[in-house]
Amino acid sequence: MGLLSLATFFPLFGMFIILFIPKKNLLAIKVVAVVTTFIPLALTSLMWLNYNYGLSGINLESQFQFVEHHAWIPAYHIEYFIGVDGLSFPMVWLTSLLDFIAIIASWNIAKAQKGYFSLFLLLSTSMMGVFVSLDFFLFYVFWELMLLPMYFLIGIWGGPRREYAAIKFFIYTLVGSVLMLVAMLALYFNVSDPITGEHTFNMLYMMQQSNHSPWLSIFDVRLWIYIALFIGFAIKVPIFPFHTWLPDAHVEAPTAISVILAGILLKMGTYGIIRISYPIFPDIAKYTSYALATLGVINILYGAFVAMAQTDLKKLVAYSSVSHMGFVLLGMAVFTSAGINGAVFQMFSHGMITAMLFLIVGVIYDRAHHRQINGFGGLGVSMPIYSGIASLAFFAALGLPGFTGFIAEALVFIGAFSVYKVLTILAALGIIVTASYVLWTVQRVFLGKLNPKYASIPDISGRELLTLVPLGILTILFGIYPLPVLNLMKVSLNYLITIV
Amino acid sequence: MSNFASLQYFVPELFLTAAILVIIVIDLMLKGDKKIITGYLTAITALIAMLLAYHQYDFYPAALFKGMIVLDSFAIFFKIVTALATVLVVLMSLPSFRKKSEYYILMLVVTLGMFLMAEVNDLLMILVSMELVGIISYVLAGFKKEDPKSTEASLKYVLYGATSTAVMAFGFSYIYGLTGHTNLFDIQQALMTGHTNPLALFVAFVLVLGGLGYKIALVPFHFWVPDVYEGAPTPITAFIAVGPKAAGFALFARFLVTVVAHPGSAEGTFVQNVAIHAPMLIATLAVLTMTLGNLAALQQKNLKRLLAYSAIAHVGYIMMAFVVLNRQGLGAIMFYVIVYMFMNFGAFWIIEMMAPKLGGEEMDDYKGLGYRAPYAAISLAIFMFSLAGIPPLAGFIGKVYLFGAVIKEGWYILATIAVLNSAVSIYYYAYVSKVMFFEKNEDDADLPAVHTNVYEKFMVAVFALPTLVLGVYWSPVIKFAKNSIGFFFGR
Repeated sequence: MGLLSLATFFPLFGMFIILFIPKKNLLAIKVVAVVTTFIPLALTSLMWLNYNYGLSGINLESQFQFVEHHAWIPAYHIEYFIGVDGLSFPMVWLTSLLDFIAIIASWNIAKAQKGYFSLFLLLSTSMMGVFVSLDFFLFYVFWELMLLPMYFLIGIWGGPRREYAAIKFFIYTLVGSVLMLVAMLALYFNVSDPITGEHTFNMLYMMQQSNHSPWLSIFDVRLWIYIALFIGFAIKVPIFPFHTWLPDAHVEAPTAISVILAGILLKMGTYGIIRISYPIFPDIAKYTSYALATLGVINILYGAFVAMAQTDLKKLVAYSSVSHMGFVLLGMAVFTSAGINGAVFQMFSHGMITAMLFLIVGVIYDRAHHRQINGFGGLGVSMPIYSGIASLAFFAALGLPGFTGFIAEALVFIGAFSVYKVLTILAALGIIVTASYVLWTVQRVFLGKLNPKYASIPDISGRELLTLVPLGILTILFGIYPLPVLNLMKVSLNYLITIV
Repeated sequence: MSNFASLQYFVPELFLTAAILVIIVIDLMLKGDKKIITGYLTAITALIAMLLAYHQYDFYPAALFKGMIVLDSFAIFFKIVTALATVLVVLMSLPSFRKKSEYYILMLVVTLGMFLMAEVNDLLMILVSMELVGIISYVLAGFKKEDPKSTEASLKYVLYGATSTAVMAFGFSYIYGLTGHTNLFDIQQALMTGHTNPLALFVAFVLVLGGLGYKIALVPFHFWVPDVYEGAPTPITAFIAVGPKAAGFALFARFLVTVVAHPGSAEGTFVQNVAIHAPMLIATLAVLTMTLGNLAALQQKNLKRLLAYSAIAHVGYIMMAFVVLNRQGLGAIMFYVIVYMFMNFGAFWIIEMMAPKLGGEEMDDYKGLGYRAPYAAISLAIFMFSLAGIPPLAGFIGKVYLFGAVIKEGWYILATIAVLNSAVSIYYYAYVSKVMFFEKNEDDADLPAVHTNVYEKFMVAVFALPTLVLGVYWSPVIKFAKNSIGFFFGR
């Protein structure tokens, strides 16, 4: 079993251990959860150190790293085929990082801890699995496997409207993924393994146009399959108008789960489009690129304006995610080197920044038991450290130079401007709207006259700092010196542009 | 093959017949608490019958009793599956049916009937075997005599069964009139060579579909299902939902591949004897069946009724594979039957085991069960999500094969309707989990834990383990199913 499998399945192993620990033994459960999410982080960091920056991946097995390729169900040509390249590795590392941080953020979960941590670890394995799978069937299994723990995590440990939010999330995502199932099977029956001539679920074979059946070369057919896949991914991103599940799910989910939802799950949508839709249907990707860029700009502007109207801090952060994912869409729709690198860097950057924002909301909610933006005021006086970190995170979200968000958005604009000038200008206007809602929020919550109700509120605790500080440091570090991450993805993404 | 020579290939059925008679006599001698021994004997008998059927697996396929029945791997597959279903249902019944031993003997008679249904090769034999299964099922459905719902279930079952059988028999008379034969193979030959009026054959097909559709709960012949499922004793409900239905699928498949179609020149395909719109008709009924089943299930507040409508929806999914009618489709059906057996039995077993403890089968009774009996509640959630087709559970794999079979033949709209249906279905399957895990009212927060004994836990594992394992590794089962698509055509 290779490093990648270990990193993927270690949380699952932890889940089985937890199932055998009596539920009274809280500490043991939490320790197991921490250890089994820390080890994947250590493993993926080790992989980063051993990463070969020259390999491109995307559609050639020999260009992938840490590959594991075994037969699983030979009769149906389903394989256990995993590996990483410059597109997936940043996401893999981000996943292991946020899993570990989210476990620490879950320390004070109040009820049914055994169930919570088991489900969390199951979720952790399935998310990692999505990013490493190179067999479409395996990918689909992990993709759907995510739904079950998420449904229960929101539904049991969530806020007041958790039942509604949980089922809404479940049904929305499922509608998308069943369409993906049809598309997957249609691809399976129309793609042949170049060596054996049999049908195959191997994504890399699906990307070689010469393996496609004549039927799969018909433009309309390709367009329909592309659309079926696209809806599945779009719901996950979420792309307007499929976004309505997001505010509900994010607001009702417990803090750590919001972190995971916004930090990782949303990225799966854009990851899926780049990993699967683009290389399999490069012509359709080009054909629909203007539409995708337009949707991206709609996401940016709509998300930002709606965020400005929110009175609930968590909902504001949720809509800011919709807005920020729009940059990813715009960047990947233009097929320029800067654009797509910016898009994937934005996925990485937004994963960390939005995680911080949700953690910050969690900290204040734990103390004040509400999230009304107008209900606070002057928190900078009573919680100076917290306010400092929170302001830093909000500035990062705003895209201030010195943070990763700036690099990502700048790259996206550079890449997009030469292709779609008007759309890029509109998107840049979104930055202004973002700045206004972020600054207005900071002003209302942390500045001004101290609300006497919160005069003696305790400042941020050591455990909470442990979750926020690493993310803050990374955001600044990669904001000033982004090359370690950009180098990871550069070769793969530039290669992807050439084949599309 | 002559009647006498056929006997040596008829061992499982002969054994069942002899065992039924012997057990009746033994049962007469048992008194009081000892009556349960009949149950044990029944389980052992069904198990032996299953092994005897398995022993026939390598036999050279042949027609027996002058062409009345055939023995081929397809028949043996369904004999094994239905016998296994009987064994499992007997095990489910042991805790609650301790004194009413005739229950077990009747179940063996149904098993015999299902064996015959799997191997019919003659129109008359179809009627005989279906009636044997049907009539005993009516009795079993009404077994709780003191319960008016059970009696109602039985009566509805009889009325629907009798009517639909009559319709089917009428259809058979058309077929006999068109071809002059009752033997299925002879009918096939006559249809292929003669100039049969397609319309007449289509009418006959529709009539036959009425009779078979009732057995497998196809819309619009499904009206008996919810009431019978709700009223019948839970193990019998589980049994009706799987055993006779599986036999019904086997019979339908055989009818389709001999009377409606014949093996084509390409491997694993079937060509219609006389061109009629059978695929379109079946596709329409499949869509109606799954859609109605799912939409009606959304409204249900009683778990058994919910599973009844869910069963209708699943028939819709399975019928899709009859639309394409090739090796792929038949393999998908056979695989699905096995998977469906475990997940459906599992769900019914939890209901059976919880009914006396919670005082009912209504959704409300299950409120907070996740905290009162976590093992049972988690297992029920697993069965429900498997029925919904969520990976990595067995039900998902079954659905992939079904959808794959229709997609391969280009029925994309049918497949899309089906997957959207399964997205709708998640609402009511997840609703059960919601009730068990999310709804914990303040006043019933302290409801006592529900205790289950070792046997009950063991039975849960018997159903849950295959549901989990087949979702991750199913190679042996799909191989067994695909190897078993050997039809024998002849007299």
